[in-house]
Amino acid sequence: MTLETSVNEKKLTSKDFVSDQEVRWCPGCGDYSILKQVQTVMPDLGRAREEFVFISGIGCSSRFPYYMETFGMHSIHGRATAIASGLKAARPDLSVWIVSGDGDSLSIGGNHTIHLLRRNFDVNMLVFNNQIYGLTKGQYSPTSEAGKITKSTPMGSIDHPFNPAALALGADGTFVARSMDRDPKHLQAILKRAYEHKGTSFVEIYQNCNVFNDGAFEIFTEKSSKKLETLFVEQGKPLVFGENNDKGIKLDGFKPIIVNLNEGHSANELWVHDETDQVKANILARFFDSPEKEGHLPRPFGVFYTEQRACYEDMMTHQLEEASAKGADLDKLIAGRETWVVN
Amino acid sequence: MPASVNETLESVVIRFAGDSGDGMQLTGSQFTNTSALLGNDLATFPDFPAEIRAPIGTVAGVSGFQVHFGSTRIYTPGDSCDVLVVMNVAALKSNLRNLKKGGTIIANTDGFDAKNMRLAGVADDKNPLEDGSLEGYDVKKLDITKITRAALTDSGLGVKEIDRCKNMFVLGLIYWMYHRPMENTIAFIESKFKKNPAVAEANIKVLKAGWNYGETTEAFSSRYEVSKAKMDKGVYRGITGNTATTYGLIAASVKSALPLFLGSYPITPASDILHELSKYKNFGIKTFQAEDEIAAIASAIGAAFGGSLAITTSSGPGVALKTEAIGLATVLELPLVIVNVQRGGPSTGLPTKTEQADLLQAFYGRNGECPVAVVAAQSPTDCFDAAFEACRIALEHMVPVFLLTDGYIANGSEPWKFPSTADLPAITVSHSKPEDKKGDKFLPYERDEKLSRPWAVPGTKGLEHRIGGLEKQNGTGNISYDPANHEFMVKLRAEKIERIANYIPDQQLDNGPEKGDLLILGWGGTYGALKTATRDLLAEGYSVAHAHLRHLNPFPKNLGSILGNYKQVLIPELNSGQLIKIIRDKYFVDAKGFNKVQGLPFTTIELKNKIKELIGNN
Ligand SMILES: Cc1ncc(C[n+]2csc(CCOP(=O)(O)OP(=O)(O)O)c2C)c(N)n1
Ligand code: SF4
Ligand SMILES: [Mg+2]
Repeated sequence: MTLETSVNEKKLTSKDFVSDQEVRWCPGCGDYSILKQVQTVMPDLGRAREEFVFISGIGCSSRFPYYMETFGMHSIHGRATAIASGLKAARPDLSVWIVSGDGDSLSIGGNHTIHLLRRNFDVNMLVFNNQIYGLTKGQYSPTSEAGKITKSTPMGSIDHPFNPAALALGADGTFVARSMDRDPKHLQAILKRAYEHKGTSFVEIYQNCNVFNDGAFEIFTEKSSKKLETLFVEQGKPLVFGENNDKGIKLDGFKPIIVNLNEGHSANELWVHDETDQVKANILARFFDSPEKEGHLPRPFGVFYTEQRACYEDMMTHQLEEASAKGADLDKLIAGRETWVVN
Repeated sequence: MPASVNETLESVVIRFAGDSGDGMQLTGSQFTNTSALLGNDLATFPDFPAEIRAPIGTVAGVSGFQVHFGSTRIYTPGDSCDVLVVMNVAALKSNLRNLKKGGTIIANTDGFDAKNMRLAGVADDKNPLEDGSLEGYDVKKLDITKITRAALTDSGLGVKEIDRCKNMFVLGLIYWMYHRPMENTIAFIESKFKKNPAVAEANIKVLKAGWNYGETTEAFSSRYEVSKAKMDKGVYRGITGNTATTYGLIAASVKSALPLFLGSYPITPASDILHELSKYKNFGIKTFQAEDEIAAIASAIGAAFGGSLAITTSSGPGVALKTEAIGLATVLELPLVIVNVQRGGPSTGLPTKTEQADLLQAFYGRNGECPVAVVAAQSPTDCFDAAFEACRIALEHMVPVFLLTDGYIANGSEPWKFPSTADLPAITVSHSKPEDKKGDKFLPYERDEKLSRPWAVPGTKGLEHRIGGLEKQNGTGNISYDPANHEFMVKLRAEKIERIANYIPDQQLDNGPEKGDLLILGWGGTYGALKTATRDLLAEGYSVAHAHLRHLNPFPKNLGSILGNYKQVLIPELNSGQLIKIIRDKYFVDAKGFNKVQGLPFTTIELKNKIKELIGNN
């Protein structure tokens, strides 16, 4: 082995994924952490750096590709999903990542998002959900809670919000997960799972916009309330949460109920998480009550659902391969079936 | 047997019209193929109903097919027809205005009964075959339904199947009238109904019955000769504009050795390109029917970033949706071909009718100053060359290119002396290689002499870079809000389009003297009408010339000097005057417009009248 190849093959580090561009998010923005976690997991994915492509739309979150030392495109509002679809169709060999905001992916780009999910291109879609339009300085977004006061809703929002995970499941997403900016370990693990999943991986990431919607997810991210208000699901494990892991979720028919493990209930009664169970995934995604509601369920994080379904680009490649048996003679094609000669 | 009179004609226009279910498209195309094999030059145009399933017998359900064939060169499907075949009263009602004064009507009387009259909205006492309103025309009345049924009584087929053979009777009769052999159609029927010999036999029998009817009936005593045209030697086929566009795109893919990616969303009259390209997966072509036109062009941009020859096809309303993404492609400086098969607008407008009203949209229809190259096709066969040229410019100059065709040439067809692919020009394009990186930073917006930038596709080691819609610094491609840089980049993108003029041929005159009284300057699908008008006027001794633009942005470098060689410049367009605005603005010439916005092509007559009026006024 020559020195040069051994240098080339040295394992990449997270630094290798840091571009020379100055990061321009507001100090304290949750986007920093997400960028850091992505850069941290990249070297572990075992791929050459030039095979990664990050495609984004428009929004604070969509500045992301500029900061990644990979191929990237900062495109137009809402269309990253469609651009990524074309890129993946044309180049199945690449690892394609979509970075999008809640407005970008669910408002202006909502249509493309659901179509991406049903087609199941093998790409990873990261939705930075801060429940606000950050870049345009603070209007409500399609994930903002009802009643929210923003610049464009001085009397409170009368829009009913989307539940992104439920929407993704409704669009037949084959990998639906939720994580948060403030839990680096969890986010890293989910990012790896998303990469490993063959098919569209939809990852909703709760992200704090400390300028226009500060604390939107505080109750889920702050130590003081996190244990009580969140539910971290893991494959094959019972749904347990609470200060001392003393609460659990049990299914009463299709109805999830909270039980107290200290009060005569045992872990055996609890709902055991099964990522491949679509019915249960739908129930889980619907744990979406406002934390202010009396008796509300905790907010779940982790991989809700995953399924193996054929990917669009593979089926496309397959059709092309099948058709190629016919051969491709341009002169024959142009001449067609019926010709005549003029002498 | 009555002795038939033989007359020789230079050219004839026949229009077949009937209900959508009457098989008029097939009749017309069979007549066309046979005439082509006989050596006539020709042009055809189908006139489909706007509704897919309009009620039988109504005016909305009429489908027509016009064919113009001759022993001279033919450039249009004809202003109006010499012979009008009508299978019912609705077909007569909607097509009579296309018939020449004194022309021949061949009418299926069964289609003029009380029921058909009611369906066509014609009053009981106003049967045109009986009320004298067709005086001045040569009307041949025959009950085609009845004759067809009589011919097939022993066929064992049901009435529905028998009635479906009516169109073959018409075809046989017209073949007789114009001395065309039936063999080609017989062979066609035999292969089409290979699995159903009884139906094949019935169709052939009725075809022959039509021929014999001409031979034996007094009503049809005249026959016509239309001899071979003087065409360039070579091998020909017939082709529609949309198919030619498809082949042009595929040829560009082969010649550039790049895989073709099409992102499209169905829309009349562009869908056929999507359909056609979808058939040729064996050429490595990927077609993606997106969820809307925005996703269609966006997917194409993604594919272009990935190194494909990327295409998106649509018509006016869809192109409107693509606007923002065309701006993105312009700033990204990626190759992309946007095909607009124009139709009548604004809004949904006239989906099945033709218009040239999207030229200014192609030029200016984006936010910011966002120039793109614009190329237009002039005839069905020319769609091949125009599509190929659009791809060549996009790939060699790293720019989005608009290809404008229109519904008229997209659906029209004509004989095509098709090229051998060995004779097509090469398209030189190469993706950047790892060793193209000079120094430690790759410069994605470095310029060559065309001002185009390197095409470094993902997967290329060491060339990782980011591009985006924000204004960028030249060279590095980094985001830049610097005022001077922005102005520099705006000018650079404009200059990049202008420089394409160094790589396209000079404008040629299509016909006429190099200096003279009047220049007809055209673009797009009006070519045939302008060419025919010019030919006639030159024969009448007028001092007119015709130039037709393939390249609209940029214009060929010598266009200005050509414009200066004539006392007057006339710019006929199927819009309210779009090219004329650009020409006046750029060359300060006092060009005159001739405009028509009816969803219909120009007729030769109206063009000639306008030109004579202008020259007369001089
Ligand atoms: C076509 C278009 N419409 C509107 C905008 C303005 N705009 C830019 S970003 C944005 C919303 C961004 O919100 P989100 O996607 O949630 O991203 P965030 O900034 O919160 O990360 C809007 C409305 C635009 N750039 N383009
Ligand atoms: S506005 Fe909000 S989302 Fe945008 S960078 Fe600032 S903190 Fe982050
Ligand atoms: Mg947001």
